[in-house]
Amino acid sequence: MASIGAAMSAEFSMENALGPQIPVSRRRPRFRTWRLIVMLLAGAYFLLPIYAGLKFALENDAGHFSFFAVKALPTEPGFGAAFWLSMRLSLVTVVLSMILMVPTTIYVHLRLPKVRRVVEFITILPIVIPPIILITGVLGSYPLWLKSSPYLLSLTYVILAMPFVYRSLDAGLSSIDLKTLVEASRSLGGSMFATMRRVILPNLRPALLSAMVLTLALVLGEFTMASLDLWETIPVWIVNFQQQDGHVTVAASMLGLIGSWVLLTLIVSLDRSQSRRSLRKTGGL
Amino acid sequence: MPDHVTDVTDPGTSLPGSVTSVPRHSPTLRKLRRAGVPALAMTPFFLYTILGLGIPTITVVDLAFRTSSGKFTLANLHAATTGVYRLGFESSIKMAVLTSVIPGILGVILAYAIQTGRSGVMRRLVATASGVLANFGGVNLTFMFLAAYGSQGTITLWLHAIGINPYSHGLRLQTFWGVSFVYMYFQIPLMVLVITPALSGLRPSWREAAQNMGASSWRYWRHVGIPVLLPSILGGMLLLFGSSFAAYATAEALTGGIIALAPIQIGDLVNGNVISGQQNLGYAIGFGMLVVLAVTMVLYGLVRRRASKWLR
Repeated sequence: MASIGAAMSAEFSMENALGPQIPVSRRRPRFRTWRLIVMLLAGAYFLLPIYAGLKFALENDAGHFSFFAVKALPTEPGFGAAFWLSMRLSLVTVVLSMILMVPTTIYVHLRLPKVRRVVEFITILPIVIPPIILITGVLGSYPLWLKSSPYLLSLTYVILAMPFVYRSLDAGLSSIDLKTLVEASRSLGGSMFATMRRVILPNLRPALLSAMVLTLALVLGEFTMASLDLWETIPVWIVNFQQQDGHVTVAASMLGLIGSWVLLTLIVSLDRSQSRRSLRKTGGL
Repeated sequence: MPDHVTDVTDPGTSLPGSVTSVPRHSPTLRKLRRAGVPALAMTPFFLYTILGLGIPTITVVDLAFRTSSGKFTLANLHAATTGVYRLGFESSIKMAVLTSVIPGILGVILAYAIQTGRSGVMRRLVATASGVLANFGGVNLTFMFLAAYGSQGTITLWLHAIGINPYSHGLRLQTFWGVSFVYMYFQIPLMVLVITPALSGLRPSWREAAQNMGASSWRYWRHVGIPVLLPSILGGMLLLFGSSFAAYATAEALTGGIIALAPIQIGDLVNGNVISGQQNLGYAIGFGMLVVLAVTMVLYGLVRRRASKWLR
C-alpha cells in the first residue's frame, strides 16, 4: 500500500504544485483497489460461466474428462438436418442481403445523399421492432405458399440483418473517396458495371466481409423466428434436444458460442484496421 | 478558337455539328431520367422493406383491433391489459427496468475502471470482449448458464460444497430473478460499448479545472462529471431497456415458456396454445409492446440530443 502511495504521489506532484493542496495522493491508492475489485468481480461474472460451460461440455456422465459429447453431436438424431437447414438459410440470407443492400447503399452514397437519412432511419427499425412481433406479423399476413417454405426465414433475416449490414457498408463507403474513384474510373472509359466490379467492390472488401460475417452470425444464432415458424434450425434443435442429453446440448451451445466469438472478433479487428486506414488517410481526426 | 469556347459553355446553339446530340438529351427526357433512375434504383430497397417490415408491422396493429371474423373490436386490447396478460406486461416492464438500471450502472463503473486504467492491452481486450458478449444472448448463452448455475451446475455444486444451497432458497435460474441475472451477461457489455465514447469525451481539463478551484473528487463528479454524462447514461439505459423488453429467446429457452413475460405470452398464443376467440390476442400484446418501445425510442431521441451538447 505504501509503495503504491509513494509512486502515486510522485506521479501527481505536478498537480499538487500547481493547485492548492488536494488530498490527491491519499485518494488515488484507494481508487486503485476499487478498480481491482471491479475487475475481479466482472472477471468472475463473465468468465466463470464460460469455464463451467466448457467443463460440462467436456465431461461424461461420470464427471470425467471426455470428448464424447462433441463426438456424439454430429450423429445425434435431427442434428444433421438442423445443421444443413441453418447452412442453407445463412447462405441464402447472405446472398440476398448483399444483392439488395450493396447497390442500394452505393447508389445512396453516390447520387442521393438526401435520401441517406431516410435509409438510415428505415434500417434502424428492425432493432426497435422485436423479432417476436415481426414474425407474428409475417405469419399473420403472408400467403400460405410462402409460409410453407423455410426460405421465408431467409427473407425476414435479411430485414433483421439490415441494421448491421447497412452500418458496415455505410462505414466502409464513408472511409473511401467514392466520388473521386468513380469519376476516375468513368473518365477512363469504365462502364458502371466495370467500375463497380473493379474499383468499388475491391475497396469495400473489409466492409463487405464484416457485413457478411455479421449476417452469418445472426442467422446461425437466431431462435425466435425459426421456432415460431416451426423450422428446426440449430438453436431450435438445441432447445428441443435438451431433455435427451445435457452434455451434448451444452457442447453444441459452447461450439456455437466459440464460433460466434471467432466470427465477431474477426469483425472487430477488421473494423479497427479499416478505421485505422481511414484515419491515416485524413491525417488524424 | 472562340468557337470552341462557346461550344463548351453553351452546347448545341452556336455550332451545327453538336446539334445532333441534342435530341438524346431533350429537357423532358432529361427530367424523366433525373427522377426515374433514382426511383428505379431505390425501388428494390423500398419494396423489400415495405413488404418485409411495413406490412408485418401494420398487420400486427391492424389485427390487434379485429375479431377473428375481421370486425373491429377493443376486446383484444382489453384482454391484453387485464388478468394474466396484464401481469405479463408488468413483469416484462419490471424486468426491463431492472436489467437496464443495474447493468447500466455496473456498465458505467466497469467502463470507467477500464478507461482510467493505464493498460492499453486491457482496454482493447475489454472492447473486443464487449463487442462479442453484447451479441451473446439467446439459446447458447442459456445453456452455458445452466451448466454453471443449473441445479447440477458447476458453480451451484461449489456453493453446495461450502454449505450454501441457493435452490433451497428458491434462487433458481428459471425465475424472474434468474432470467434477469442471465440478461445482465449481455446487457453489461452493451452498456460498456455505448458509454465508452461518452467517457472518453470527458476532458481531463475539466477535472483539472475543478481541482484547481479546490473541488474534491466527489464535488467534481457531483457538479461536472455526472451532469455531463447523465444524458449518455440515460440514453444507454433506454437502449438496454428496449433490448431486454424485446428479448424472447433467452427467457423461452431458460424457462420453457412458463415465465409470465409479454414476449413469451405472444409466443404461446402464436404457437397455438389459444383458447377459442382469442386468436388475435397475441397481436394486441404485440401492439402494446410496440407502444412501449415507441415511447422508449422517442425518449432516447430526446436524451441523445441533450447528450451531444457537451460530448461530441
